[in-house]
Amino acid sequence: MKIAVCVSNVPDTATKIKIAQDRKSIDPAGVTFIINPYDEFAIEEALKTKEKFGGDSLTYSITVGNDSAKETIRKVLALGIDEAVLLKPDKNPDSLNIAKALAEEIKSLGCEIVFFGKQSVDYDSGIIGQLTAELLGFNCISVVVDLKIEGNIVIAEREIEGGREVVESSLPIVITTQKGLNEPRYASLKGIMAAKKKNITEKQIQINEVFTEIVEMNLPPSKQPGRIIGTDSSAVPELVRLLREEAKVI
Amino acid sequence: MPEKILAVLEQREGQIKKVSYEVLSLANKLSKQLASEFESVILGNEVSNISEINKYSSCKTTHFKNPELNNYSSSAYSKIISNFINDNQFTIVILPNTAMGIDLATRVAVKTNSAIATDCIKVDFLDGALVFTKPVYAGKSLINFKLNSERKVFTIRPNIFKAEMIEASNGAIEVKEVADLDLSTKVTSYKKSEGKLDVSEADIIVSGGRGMKGSENFHLIEELAEALGAAVGASRAVVDAGWRPHREQVGQTGKTVSPTLYVACGISGAIQHLAGMSSSKYIVAINKDKDAPIFNIADYGIAGDVFEILPALTQEIKKLKS
Ligand SMILES: Cc1cc2nc3c(=O)[nH]c(=O)nc-3n(C[C@H](O)[C@H](O)[C@H](O)COP(=O)(O)OP(=O)(O)OC[C@H]3O[C@@H](n4cnc5c(N)ncnc54)[C@H](O)[C@@H]3O)c2cc1C
Ligand SMILES: Nc1ncnc2c1ncn2[C@@H]1O[C@H](COP(=O)(O)O)[C@@H](O)[C@H]1O
Repeated sequence: MKIAVCVSNVPDTATKIKIAQDRKSIDPAGVTFIINPYDEFAIEEALKTKEKFGGDSLTYSITVGNDSAKETIRKVLALGIDEAVLLKPDKNPDSLNIAKALAEEIKSLGCEIVFFGKQSVDYDSGIIGQLTAELLGFNCISVVVDLKIEGNIVIAEREIEGGREVVESSLPIVITTQKGLNEPRYASLKGIMAAKKKNITEKQIQINEVFTEIVEMNLPPSKQPGRIIGTDSSAVPELVRLLREEAKVI
Repeated sequence: MPEKILAVLEQREGQIKKVSYEVLSLANKLSKQLASEFESVILGNEVSNISEINKYSSCKTTHFKNPELNNYSSSAYSKIISNFINDNQFTIVILPNTAMGIDLATRVAVKTNSAIATDCIKVDFLDGALVFTKPVYAGKSLINFKLNSERKVFTIRPNIFKAEMIEASNGAIEVKEVADLDLSTKVTSYKKSEGKLDVSEADIIVSGGRGMKGSENFHLIEELAEALGAAVGASRAVVDAGWRPHREQVGQTGKTVSPTLYVACGISGAIQHLAGMSSSKYIVAINKDKDAPIFNIADYGIAGDVFEILPALTQEIKKLKS
């Protein structure tokens, strides 16, 4: 079984965002990049799926990005992913461009099970997995918190507002992963050493039509710090009065 | 091609969801600004409150009906809606930014050759073109962007756009029975969480953090939530500690919420937590550390002990409601 995991390289979640001169992107100076947190669940599930299928199963990670993503990709390899592909675009891609590039690579690798994170914590769109599935003509279950693959049959639980859906489908499939699906492992020393010797295949890709045009990036309107009404329960009646009369929310 | 708008409504267990009215109202407004046609569509089996649509718009609604459509099936839903869009030449398609809406939007976008945007919090015009605003980097920044394609599909964050009632209308509701569904992805059952209200759908949320000291103290949060008719939320620290289930987690790796009122109890206000709740309309913080970052974004705060303040607050709310 060939299994792929698509990994995005994102700013550390603790990063303070500064907007770049062009007002259309962030200033990368001083930003550390990490494996997208949701993709950690995708990587773990890819590894577990490989263990389950056994035999000559192989895991691939695919990233659309530039050279700065290599450090993150090494970390993915250190976790136990067998091979990595870095697709380097000639200009800034949007979600659909990324999905197209991933779909093409997945097809040429011949993967039948593909894991994505639920969402990338840079643009927070939550769509590339499903877009890729649709482009490939694969089935797709998004926001998965429980997964069983038996032969050709896939049974997953999907987190929705107020509950979970139990979804049945079949291979080939794209799964997007949500926290709760598994406990991602840490890289072992052996894994880290092995990763240094693993190959990252690099390919140039051409971005054709970009539909999304960024007009401007802004910081959110800053909020006036509010009032501290008191330090003990004697402040409670005043709090309730403010919520009722000023905010009118209760 | 003249603009033509489609509002995609969501039902769960045969009831139209509140966010659907927000989608309708936005579609209604845009159709006026663009002087364009506008319709809505809903998939399901019996939809008991379908006539509610007429309170928000007088548009024509198509209800695709089949018992198998009661639950969301990405394959069946996306085929039906994509064919509907292609046949009727809709150019702007609006969905709710929910688990269903996001999943459906992506599939429909590919099938109808559209550009796509999710989680929009504002839709405006610039030189005659639609400009969308969405939070990025967990709300630490906002981007304004255009979609330069003939067809556009986008989802709107719940609780941001107003659902506006109009004078009574009688827009046509056409029921179309459908057969031969593509059920290659099929929901076989729906497990409702035992909690009363889900954070992503609640108007008021009371959240507890590590300051609550242990799962055994969360009854204080639950009691206040009950008095307010609110959902219970949690920080990641308490979810990771196993005190609360993950579905209650608010933040960058939990749920993004925009309730009218968010009450943070014993939560420090880490950047990843703020990411999930800073678009709440009003924020109340209770924290014994007056320098906790949560007070920087709270409208009202009490710099005191949750164990003293929560019971008093619950009492006071109960008094008010009785
Ligand atoms: C990749 C990544 C993703 C993350 N995603 C999320 C996320 O989605 N959601 C999230 O919440 N966090 C997230 N975090 C974690 C985040 O950084 C914080 O660690 C977490 O939010 C802290 O939770 P807390 O506020 O409950 O705990 P603490 O930071 O420990 O704060 C506890 C607070 O309680 C107060 N307190 C203590 N006792 C009392 C008392 N008796 N009365 C009143 N106040 C009291 C203290 O003053 C303190 O401010 C993420 C972190 C990373 C690295
Ligand atoms: N540049 C990228 N390269 C590879 N995979 C990506 C990239 N961007 C996003 N993904 C994958 O798509 C998922 C959803 O991303 P998004 O739609 O951007 O929120 C992520 O969790 C990743 O698994």
